[in-house]
Amino acid sequence: MGVEQPPVLDVRGLAYAYPDGHQALYGVDLQVHRGERVALLGPNGAGKTTLVLHLNGIHTAGVGSVSVSGLEVGDKDALQEVRRRVGIVFQDPDDQLFMGSVRADVAFGPHNLGLRGAALEARVTAALEQVGMAAYADRPPHHLSFGQRRRVAVATVLAMEPEVLVLDEPSSNLDPASRRELADVLRSLDVTVLMVTHDLPYALELCPRSVVLSDGRVVADGATYDVLTDDALMRAHRLELPFGFDPRTVGPPPAAGPRAPRGGHGAGPGVDSVTS
Amino acid sequence: MGAGHGHRLHYHGHSPLHRAPAHLKLLALLGFMLVVVATPDDWFAAFGAYLLVLLGVVALSQVPPTYLLKRMVVEVPFVVFALVLPFVAYGEQVEVLGVSLSRPGLLAAFGILATATLGVLASLTLAATTEPQALLAGLQRLRVPSLMVQIMAFMVRYLDVVTSEMQRMRVARESRGFRARDPRQWPVIARSTGALFIRSYERGERVHLAMLSRGYTGTMPEQGGH
Repeated sequence: MGVEQPPVLDVRGLAYAYPDGHQALYGVDLQVHRGERVALLGPNGAGKTTLVLHLNGIHTAGVGSVSVSGLEVGDKDALQEVRRRVGIVFQDPDDQLFMGSVRADVAFGPHNLGLRGAALEARVTAALEQVGMAAYADRPPHHLSFGQRRRVAVATVLAMEPEVLVLDEPSSNLDPASRRELADVLRSLDVTVLMVTHDLPYALELCPRSVVLSDGRVVADGATYDVLTDDALMRAHRLELPFGFDPRTVGPPPAAGPRAPRGGHGAGPGVDSVTS
Repeated sequence: MGAGHGHRLHYHGHSPLHRAPAHLKLLALLGFMLVVVATPDDWFAAFGAYLLVLLGVVALSQVPPTYLLKRMVVEVPFVVFALVLPFVAYGEQVEVLGVSLSRPGLLAAFGILATATLGVLASLTLAATTEPQALLAGLQRLRVPSLMVQIMAFMVRYLDVVTSEMQRMRVARESRGFRARDPRQWPVIARSTGALFIRSYERGERVHLAMLSRGYTGTMPEQGGH
């Protein structure tokens, strides 16, 4: 191996309480390496969204640290660069798409990064092509179907060429065809992905690795198949497989070539149960 | 509240008026309205002339008159106020069909009706011949402060979202057997309106978060039109 690269996402001992005193995170550790696709699982109210908003400096760490490819989040001067590196796709595309046309919306991010003219246009086109929405560039976002809006929301973030794509509930409210189309798009991207989801089959399909967050702590971190088949763990943290879905009969997904193992800690299969 | 009528003001067409640059149309509307408002209430012939000019412009735009007429219901509150005025205003009284009316009141009512009708019709014609995006671009070209243009752009973008949210809340209310038939039920409507405000406010916060996440620092890119 050459020079050891810092993890794309490096969260250490992160604790956070909201201004009203409600504590959402109690010492979270999470490392995501380049090229990984990781699912962040957990029941409602586990602190998943709070964690996500720390990754690009919307919230700043109370205790602990967050860094993105070695760049400390929370350093005011680095904020713009952190937000370029970490692209967050929010749950409701209507929150994310606010400009008059798809093209203008996808251009919003790169424009904030200082791109203009032909370079900006090229970014926009490339991002829209990645999600298969180039033909809709001149449409107003609110005239698109929900699935199309979700894909445009992904494009708005891709246009910033992020190092890690963070998706909040990417499959929610999608019909099965749109859900599958989005999976195809995500698989085709050459980018690190952290995906917050309740859709466990989707996690198994797309993410070789899963992290379970419960009550503001990471309680499990391992291969998605192992997490989903660990009945005691699942029961303890209000995680349930949908009716008729059993990973054991589906089988582990085919190893995704170079993506499969995590670089660094804890080799081998099995769930590192982090009970504290 | 709650009626989902006429949320499309724009009438698709290819008339010279549709093709005219948005900032010129805006300036024309502004100039026209300043002249109308500055005209004394008793220059009846002048108001007739304004109406003729306006009708000529409408004819030029090829927007069907019924299309505009239907949308003129927004004027109703002004009409009501104008009709009440002759009864409540002071001053010299005149007998009309045996009813004693105030002469200055009548004149003021005519003034309100005339300016409101001309204003609403002119604005509707502008809206019918100009896409919202083009209108925003026009405002920007006229050097309207960008903060105001931004606010209007967000309003245009989220009008449909908020309207459909309101619609869904109404459907949900009525699905549970609610019917707003008499004033005793108005508090319920007031509460759901309050809920709608809060939801919209929260959406505003989420939109702001999403903007910050994409590196927003306070300036918006130009509204490109398309």
